[in-house]
Amino acid sequence: MLKFTAEHEWLKLDGDVAAVGITQHAADQLGDLVFVELPEIGTELAKGDNAATVESVKAASDVYAPLDGEVTEVNQALVDDPSLVNSDPQGAWFFKLKLKNRADADNLLDEAAYQDLIG
Amino acid sequence: MNHQSALRRTPLYPLHVQLNGKLVPFAGYEMPVQYPLGVLKEHLHTRAGAGLFDVSHMGQVIVKAKSGVYADAALALEALVPIDILGLKAGRQRYGFFTNDEGGILDDLMITNRGDHLLVVVNAACKEVDLAYMQAQLTHCDVTLLEEQALIALQGPCAEAVLATLWDGASAMTFMDVRDADLCGAPCVVSRSGYSGEDGFEISVPAAKAEEVAQALLDHPECEAIGLGARDSLRLEAGLCLYGSDIDQSTTPVEASIEWAIQKSRRTGGAREGGFPGAQRILSELSNGASRRRVGLKPEGKAPVRAHAQLFADAEGQRLIGEVTSGGFGPSAEGPVAMGYLPAEHAVPGTQVFAEVRGKYLPMTVSSMPFITPTYKR
Repeated sequence: MLKFTAEHEWLKLDGDVAAVGITQHAADQLGDLVFVELPEIGTELAKGDNAATVESVKAASDVYAPLDGEVTEVNQALVDDPSLVNSDPQGAWFFKLKLKNRADADNLLDEAAYQDLIG
Repeated sequence: MNHQSALRRTPLYPLHVQLNGKLVPFAGYEMPVQYPLGVLKEHLHTRAGAGLFDVSHMGQVIVKAKSGVYADAALALEALVPIDILGLKAGRQRYGFFTNDEGGILDDLMITNRGDHLLVVVNAACKEVDLAYMQAQLTHCDVTLLEEQALIALQGPCAEAVLATLWDGASAMTFMDVRDADLCGAPCVVSRSGYSGEDGFEISVPAAKAEEVAQALLDHPECEAIGLGARDSLRLEAGLCLYGSDIDQSTTPVEASIEWAIQKSRRTGGAREGGFPGAQRILSELSNGASRRRVGLKPEGKAPVRAHAQLFADAEGQRLIGEVTSGGFGPSAEGPVAMGYLPAEHAVPGTQVFAEVRGKYLPMTVSSMPFITPTYKR
């Protein structure tokens, strides 16, 4: 199941684990990424916490935790080659989050609602 | 967005819109921060081909002595800047700065000897203040802001070839030469200079012909429109100061490591020693050194360290010693680069310092600048 947030992140749910990335819209707005910093495995995150950092030539931006949970995996490939985010934002997951409450994900945006949001 | 209505537009505004530039407010103007190519590729293109920048927001000012004699205008302006302007030959340009009584920098500028007058180019954000200052101080000169004149920078290894398609005089010029040129039937003033670390030209063109000249240059396959985002990353790699970030009223030329711009004739023992605002402090620092210096800084890791990051002597963030004034990712340096101020004892290439970034203390090495090899045609 695919869910979205108003902060332009996507979540791909597999049971109670969500892979988290940024949307095409976010990647387009940020421009070519030159640096990605990921959370440490085992980090407990609350919804809205800074989970990761992405940087373009011009500026640094935060990637937020979309829900409460614990980081179980990170995608080191993005650290080694940040351009992967621009070439395939929907495929470039940043980290996997074991959700504290799986049911919270039901309240996030579905794809149609997210498309409406960005116009 | 009512405040947007107060923003000014340059003569190239329609071209920016036509090229899908992303327009942002900058120094009171609506300016393109990037085009669809994006900051990273625009930066790299400028170092590989040629980039065209609209810098029409900058102030172009004519300073002409009422006597009509160049030396009178030169000596008058020398009272405001620690630069040898009397010794500047006709058709040549020099970098300089207005200083204040404390030796701080009011603005940095380019100064050209145009034969019987001076052409001065100042920063957009300072131009009204600079104009009023010069008009008040240079009482024996006419000081005129050129309102109907655009300014186009053409930068990169292909800049000469691009300009040569419109004018046969480009190749005969060397770095800091300034010549009259007829481009597309418009009387222009061309200098071989820029703000990217690359060879290139800056072209002063009548507003009514600016779009035609810009379009003619862009018609060359190697020439792309470049926004302010890449202009900033290019100048950062080149180690060039941005007024308001790296230099301001609180930094002296020696602290800012731009004392190379002060010629011998204005230094202690020179023919026209001193005689500019803040001379006492600046001449003293030229002889004895400044207590702090602007230096290049290379992060040892991959994380960019940006402006205002605090610099510490130790990895625990106990001893604050300075601040980053410009920093980011250098596409051509292929890594993060920065500049900032450090106490003289730390301002030695190879010294390790630590920058606070998101609660961590990241090691950086004091490095010589520029971070790239400039290709100025000397």
